[in-house]
Amino acid sequence: MAMIAVFLNIDEERMVAALQEAARSLESGQGEAVLDFSSVHRIDSSGLRAMEDFARIADEKAVKVVLRGVKIDVYKVLKLVKLTRRFLFVN
Amino acid sequence: MITTEAVKERVQIPLVTETLSTERTGYLDGLVGQAKTAAAVFTQFTQEDVDRIVKPMVLAALEQAQYLARLAVEETKLGVMEDKVIKNMVASEFVYNYIKDKKTVGVIREIRERNLLEIAEPIGVLFSLTPITNPTSTVLFKCIMAIKTRNAVIFSPHPKAWHCCSEAVRIMYEAAVKHGAPEGVFTCLESPTLPDNAYLMRHKDVGLIDATGGPGMVKAAYSSGKPALGVGPGNTPVYLEKTADVNTAVVDIIVSKTFDNGTICASEQTVVIDDEIYDAVLNKFMDLGAHICNEKETRLLERTVIDPQTGFMQPMAVGQKAADIARFVGLSVKPNTKLLIAPIHGVGPDHPLSVEKLFPVLAVYRAKSVEEALRVCVDVNHAGGLGHTAVVFSRNDEIIRKFGEVINAGRIIVNSPGSIGALGAVYNDLVPTFSFGCGTGGGNSTTDNVNIYHYLNIKRLARRTQTHMWFRVPNQIYFNMNAVENLRQFPSRCTIVITNAPLEQIGHVEIVRRHICSKTHVHVVVIPDAEPEVKVITQGVEALNFYKADQIIALGGGSVIDAAKIMKLKYESPEADLEYLAAPFLDLRKRVVQYPTDKINRARLIAISTTSGTGSEVTPFAVLIDKEHGRKVTLADYSLTPDVAIVDPQFVMSMPKGLTADTGIDCLTHALEAGVSNYASSYTDANAMQAIRLVFKYLPIAYEHPRDEEARCMMHNAACIAAMAFSNASVGLNHALAHAFGARFGIAHGRANALMLPHVIAYNASVPTKFMPSPYTKGYVAHKKYATVADLLGLGGHTTEEKVKNLITATEHLLDQLAFPRSIAEMGISKEEFERAVPELVSIAFDDPSWRSNPRMPLMGEMVELFWKAYEGRGAAKPATVSQQQTV
Repeated sequence: MAMIAVFLNIDEERMVAALQEAARSLESGQGEAVLDFSSVHRIDSSGLRAMEDFARIADEKAVKVVLRGVKIDVYKVLKLVKLTRRFLFVN
Repeated sequence: MITTEAVKERVQIPLVTETLSTERTGYLDGLVGQAKTAAAVFTQFTQEDVDRIVKPMVLAALEQAQYLARLAVEETKLGVMEDKVIKNMVASEFVYNYIKDKKTVGVIREIRERNLLEIAEPIGVLFSLTPITNPTSTVLFKCIMAIKTRNAVIFSPHPKAWHCCSEAVRIMYEAAVKHGAPEGVFTCLESPTLPDNAYLMRHKDVGLIDATGGPGMVKAAYSSGKPALGVGPGNTPVYLEKTADVNTAVVDIIVSKTFDNGTICASEQTVVIDDEIYDAVLNKFMDLGAHICNEKETRLLERTVIDPQTGFMQPMAVGQKAADIARFVGLSVKPNTKLLIAPIHGVGPDHPLSVEKLFPVLAVYRAKSVEEALRVCVDVNHAGGLGHTAVVFSRNDEIIRKFGEVINAGRIIVNSPGSIGALGAVYNDLVPTFSFGCGTGGGNSTTDNVNIYHYLNIKRLARRTQTHMWFRVPNQIYFNMNAVENLRQFPSRCTIVITNAPLEQIGHVEIVRRHICSKTHVHVVVIPDAEPEVKVITQGVEALNFYKADQIIALGGGSVIDAAKIMKLKYESPEADLEYLAAPFLDLRKRVVQYPTDKINRARLIAISTTSGTGSEVTPFAVLIDKEHGRKVTLADYSLTPDVAIVDPQFVMSMPKGLTADTGIDCLTHALEAGVSNYASSYTDANAMQAIRLVFKYLPIAYEHPRDEEARCMMHNAACIAAMAFSNASVGLNHALAHAFGARFGIAHGRANALMLPHVIAYNASVPTKFMPSPYTKGYVAHKKYATVADLLGLGGHTTEEKVKNLITATEHLLDQLAFPRSIAEMGISKEEFERAVPELVSIAFDDPSWRSNPRMPLMGEMVELFWKAYEGRGAAKPATVSQQQTV
């Protein structure tokens, strides 16, 4: 079972800051980063950019990113900008 | 709009991108990426979110209408500032008025009666090219539509209108983002070039190209391999017909043709005027400020404003004032001249002014007749204006409609100005637009005024419909012993009894006669005891006509009753073409051929059956033999159903044992097939199940004890009840197979059915290789329905499989009781002969419509197997088992 390196509840209002903070705390090769999106109902362009940056940093540090509880409307946005392949999704 | 300049610039859009630097493609990719993100974010917006953004955008457009108009005129040097203000206002206010209450997010329409929902899906990234002639208004229009539909747009304005367009984009973008639109929702290409356009038209993340402009650009858009809205040039013909209100027409044409100095591509180009009003029309034009050119002036004008090389208008004239053009050409006109009018005498290259002229020069043609006028309008329409716009002024509705029929134009404007009329929502109820779809005539995919719905993918959510069904039987059915006495209820002046010789000989006709209303003239027509031929029908109809019969009594088995049905059809509707009416169909409600409803005669048909099998007394079918062409003609329509059925067992008491068995099993097959049919309903099931129960109980008794009144009565009822089931649920594969080999080897229909029956039950009870599409049933239920039959018959069994097995065993046992042969081989048909026949039997069976309602779609190979199982015999027939055939 993979070790959880980061577990973060994402707050829609503070998404960018939270992701930036989480990205800074990622350490190389340390298991999974789990981001709980249960309370995110909508994502904007800056949120998407932060997600992409987070995914890139996680890639560089060989950390898997797991998104939990992603609402379907948000999932569709991630799909349209081709970000879904960068994450694992769990309910 | 077409200009020589536009043609030169736009036609040769390169299809490759070698001329673009990596830096440039990076820039373009960046624009698309930004738009793509915006479009993705936009998908989360609700209708309320969108509408909250659109309104302030429209207000911003209205506020800046004059500013943008001024910029456009200064930059492009085309058109009239005041008119461009109006265009900007129409593009925002009028468009808003049209779209404000329209749903463009989520469910946009619910069609309850069709169980359909229409759901909007945005396109994503649009690449939009905008023209020099209507620059800012087109941008405003497209921005408002894009936000309403949750799309992002990358604009590529005409290079000579870039500044004003980019300002329009900026104003729209700022208003949109301020009220919540996603960042990057609009962008305007910096210094757009043709290679840029080509690159973006092919970009994988661009969803739709919206190209408003010249033919080259439109063609490039459609050639890009991307979905495109490409709208292009026009050449608007106008027919000013003699009944028109001349004053209104002339004013409307001047309003339209001078609006923004004629830059709207829907504006009038050639006015074809009826001879009777020609002079009056030209005088009116003159009175209102037009200059009518003489021959010399016309030659001068055409040489100057039309390029002799290309035949297109000269760019220097586009959007200029009439007086300025006149001065340039060297014509002497009044300073305030609104319009230059040039009489022409034909259309085409020899008449240069017959082409599109986006400036206030109008060609006029004097027509000597309506035909000539329409012909010239068609010529103008085909000289570059196909699919675009046309105008007619007339009070004659017939001529207006004729004009609409012969002219190929997406917009045919009646008694109003062409350009402003085509824009919609001012003079008529057309959808307001700044992009005119020109249909295939103009190389476009639509003739619509392009609008919000062209910016959406409209998804249709189609719920499974509970298809309406039917249960149709005769109005009146009289049954049980002496039911024939009810004949006296039916008053008739003249009755024809159709029957056959044996029935007359044994006294059945006399029994019937006794019960027909007194005072009725009764005539008997005796026909052969066989499936009716055309000549038999003809003779019967002659008798009906001769006696002017108002009632037909069919007394006999299936053949006699079928004959009577067809005689009635031909008697009531002599024009009925039987071969035509026998055309094949898949669904009774959707059949192509309709039976006649016009009747010159009326006759009640009363069917009295003398066998207990076909149930023809209640069915809508009739079979006719066409000896001339050597074929059977099957007619099927509820209008063939007898009006009254009499099911009186006294007429079957003397049936021989063999006929009792054959007809009884035919009845059982009807009921079993109707029971598992894809058209089965609770109504038909009730009949089918009851008929099956009666057959299993009473057929052996009727067979062994022919004089047993109760058994005869119940079997007679069973046949009628089963027929009511299959009249509405149809039969199945058993009948298709039995028809084929029964006809080939001369085997009685009931007997042929019997030989197939156990095998077909086992076949239908197993998992289909191929399911039959059926909106009437839910899931595969044939095996369960057979199990229900087994339960009804008290055959025992715990599982569905066991119950099916028990039903097959009970059926085989019944067939043994009735002394049926166990196999086709037992009928004396050699294996070699059967082997030779099988391919043709399968082909015939496959063409038989009977199996169309079978629960399992038979493959030809499976038909071959079934024929061989029947050949080898019942001993080989096994009910479905897990080891042999997977049960459902």
